Amino acid sequence: MSDWVYMGEGLRVTYGRRTVLRVDELTVRAGNLLGIVGPSGAGKSTLLRVLALLEPPTEGVLYFGGSSEPVRWPPPLDVRRRVTMVFQRPLLLSDSVFRNVAYGLRARGSDNVRPRVEQALEMVGLAHMAHAAAHTLSGGELQRVALARALVLEPDVLLLDEPTANLDPYNVSVIEEALKRLRHHNHTTIVLVTHNVFQARRLADRVMFLLDGECVEAADAETFFESPKDPRTRAFVRGEMVY
Amino acid sequence: MLWGSPQRRRGHPKRIEALHGLGGESKRRRCAINEIWEGIKQAALLLWHLDPEVMHIVAVSLRVSGTALLLSAAIGIPLGAWLGFSRFVGRRLVVALLYTGMGLPPVVVGLFVYLLLSQSGPLGSLNAAWIPRLFTVGAMVVAQVIISFPLVAGFTMAAVKGVDPSLRQQLISLGATEWQATLAVLREARFGVIVSVIAGFGSIISEVGAVMLVGGNIEGSTRVLTTAIVLETRRGNFSLAIALALILLSLSFLSNILMLRLQGKTA
Repeated sequence: MSDWVYMGEGLRVTYGRRTVLRVDELTVRAGNLLGIVGPSGAGKSTLLRVLALLEPPTEGVLYFGGSSEPVRWPPPLDVRRRVTMVFQRPLLLSDSVFRNVAYGLRARGSDNVRPRVEQALEMVGLAHMAHAAAHTLSGGELQRVALARALVLEPDVLLLDEPTANLDPYNVSVIEEALKRLRHHNHTTIVLVTHNVFQARRLADRVMFLLDGECVEAADAETFFESPKDPRTRAFVRGEMVY
Repeated sequence: MLWGSPQRRRGHPKRIEALHGLGGESKRRRCAINEIWEGIKQAALLLWHLDPEVMHIVAVSLRVSGTALLLSAAIGIPLGAWLGFSRFVGRRLVVALLYTGMGLPPVVVGLFVYLLLSQSGPLGSLNAAWIPRLFTVGAMVVAQVIISFPLVAGFTMAAVKGVDPSLRQQLISLGATEWQATLAVLREARFGVIVSVIAGFGSIISEVGAVMLVGGNIEGSTRVLTTAIVLETRRGNFSLAIALALILLSLSFLSNILMLRLQGKTA
């Protein structure tokens, strides 16, 4: 596998007359954790849907997985299955936790579903809730099940859209620990969208700052937080930005 | 045999007289209550003795409406799901046509199918083996499918639209194929999908206009519960008509219980 997972050039996403995303250059290196930060409505989720290969960019080209050919739309199933996304507002099937986590494996016709699901639930601290009905879960548990159903697939790329928004510190730490273990054991490439600067600082190798759909700055985490070039990034990092 | 007795064919002259005579309001009411009571007793007797003619009528009713319902579900559920998921130019027009179809008067459908299948009609004149002939069970099935499939499709569409569209996207991001995601969403919408089938069944098991026109109410062939009720009421055999009505209601009730079981715990 080459050293990058995504390369984008001149990416634009337009809804009607409104351009919601303008990213001229994008590189996500393999095994890295890219944090995408920015205020609400900055285009973070839109960028994530493009990277999840769920939505084509209106303009520009996107390369994936080291291929010299740009991504075709709709992307082939085997390409699409290398990426998994955890949504900001996860929706589960009205079924047991176990069956929800097993869904992606069963869709692929995989073997050894049970031990793999149990291991994924273990990672998010929910092994004891395998047989609980999805509708009985709390917000934190639901978010952890959503992470487990993505982890179980062992994707090359894991995309996370505000996975810890509105969660208590315990649930936040469980999810962050799971992400750290995933990186160290599986070398999974992770793109994490968050509006929490501190979380990005704790987890990310590289950080991208989006504002009004535009990429203001992208740099290694240390540079981004210690010596940001753009005054808007500086204001955001220091919590001085009013939006 | 209860069904064919001369007394039944002639009706109950005394009771009819009482209904239309000078007995006064209370007497008429008493007579009507008697008829209902007689009907209940007779329904029990007909079922207890497994009256062959009644059993035949019940079998034809179930065969016609059951086949029509299966065909309606086979057309209506995929059509409803497709309309629920897709966006295309002219979708609103298709939906408006579907909603119109949901309110089609059965007798109008009967007339339409009658004209299509009659000897001089556009389909009947083809004399092809696959085209059902008028006054056969096949013709009745065709009419009932036209009545019920828009209901199945319309309610299925509403049920599918009621499921958060993000669920489908989330399942696809978990690696589901379009087809797998569609099935999962339909499963989530199963409460509404079963209601669509129940509504479709209710519309055809109870309709009389279309089956009367295209089936002809032929004894031992195309006579179903609803057309038999019309016939017996016209003959003045109110007790028998009520007995058949009770059988029809029980059948409808039992079928709905069966379908509610399919809904599972969500019901």
